[in-house]
Amino acid sequence: MSYTKRLDGRGFEELRPMSAKVGIIPRADGSAMFQIGKTMAYCAVYGPRELHPKFLQNPETGIIRVNYNMMPFSGHGERVRPGGGRRSKEISMVMRNALLPVLDLKDYPNSVVDIFVELPQTDAGTRCAALCAASMALADAGIEMKDMVTAVATGRVEDKIVVDLNYYEDSHEDGADFPIALLPNSGKVTLMQMDGEMTKEQINECVKKAKEACKKIYEVQKAALKERFRSK
Amino acid sequence: MQSELKTHLLRALAKNVRYDGRKLLEYRPITVEYGISGSAEGSARVRIGGTEVLVGVKMETNKPYPDTPDQGNLMVNAELLALSNPAFESGPPGEQATEIARVVDRAIRESKSIDVHKLVIKPGEKVWGVSIDICTINDEGNLQDAACLAVLAALQDTKMPKLTEDLEVDYDAEKTKEGLPLTREPVEVTVIKVGDQFFVDALSDEEKAIEARLTVAVTEKGTVCALQKGGDAPLSPEEVDKMIDIAQKLAPTLRKAL
Repeated sequence: MSYTKRLDGRGFEELRPMSAKVGIIPRADGSAMFQIGKTMAYCAVYGPRELHPKFLQNPETGIIRVNYNMMPFSGHGERVRPGGGRRSKEISMVMRNALLPVLDLKDYPNSVVDIFVELPQTDAGTRCAALCAASMALADAGIEMKDMVTAVATGRVEDKIVVDLNYYEDSHEDGADFPIALLPNSGKVTLMQMDGEMTKEQINECVKKAKEACKKIYEVQKAALKERFRSK
Repeated sequence: MQSELKTHLLRALAKNVRYDGRKLLEYRPITVEYGISGSAEGSARVRIGGTEVLVGVKMETNKPYPDTPDQGNLMVNAELLALSNPAFESGPPGEQATEIARVVDRAIRESKSIDVHKLVIKPGEKVWGVSIDICTINDEGNLQDAACLAVLAALQDTKMPKLTEDLEVDYDAEKTKEGLPLTREPVEVTVIKVGDQFFVDALSDEEKAIEARLTVAVTEKGTVCALQKGGDAPLSPEEVDKMIDIAQKLAPTLRKAL
């Protein structure tokens, strides 16, 4: 079968409309919102602050904790039970690994930087939107970073490689979902997951297209950060 | 620390001023936004000053409870999200979250705001379930009043989804134009007592000094449909009377933001 036209009429490499805002949660040390299509992520960063329980403390370095959560009404279809399950636990973990390479918390022994992500509405690509928001919120919190983190879901629908899948493409029975996080300056990959079936050539094509898409995302992030510090 | 804060607060209150320059019986600016989550069947954002709360309504089909076969189901839940306050932690709802949810639940349920008899799909077998979730985004005090107003706004925003032939919700289909059968509009006003002073819409710092509070749910007719006393200080009947008076006078200010 041939996927000739995307369900929402976009070009195969075209991202959904994006918007970003930094400093949306005054109580937090850093915060940001990132929206791509209907997928929207709020992120708040608290810290570096004292880490409890104490046995988690590391005298060598500060650590980060990531908590990814979908609001109960944010899913496609039925209510998502609060409290999180295996899925959000795993996403929180891979997000932590995706963010760690840009941070250096050696100056904050025994401390923690808490990163909370909440999604009020979703239409696939949530972990990628969450990472885009988290990296802006970390920057807003004034935490030293070596690079930003940008992320996008690529994948395959029938015979076509597509960028930024929506819910219907993501759940297409003949397809693959391939979220990727890239550091825009070094080009390194910090998150990579895939489900579905693809050839090695298709995988390489996805990575190449993710790189192009992430450049656009990076521009949106930079603009939002600049806006924040202009208004300060 | 707490007592210094209280002395300071009382001195200011005696002069009819607050930390942010407001009068004692004055709310911060209130804004309501509808339809903030396309994933929900109804949703709203309420801001009272810096405090921000999101509410989403999910419509589901349920089996009715055995004792109410001719009524739809209603559920209110509150999540005090760790992103909204440095003191909040992730995990199951604590006392404060549970209280906020239950006090809003009572205001909606007991005022019969939703005509649950009209939420029956097939008597005794299938009814609508209305799940209301309150999520805090930024806590700068008075989550209770913000939560109740946001719930009311989200209920007003709700559009019934379509049903499939076997009476399940068709989430893929466009929603209908039909709203929920809403009959009343309760809003909650929490009146605070510190020393011999009464005030409303407490900031986070003011909340730390609360001796007693009374949340009063007031309908559009001015009647009271739920009460909750909080804080560890007792209240005299005269004080309760005065606090209800204050709530009834201020309820229209909240309703006006809808």
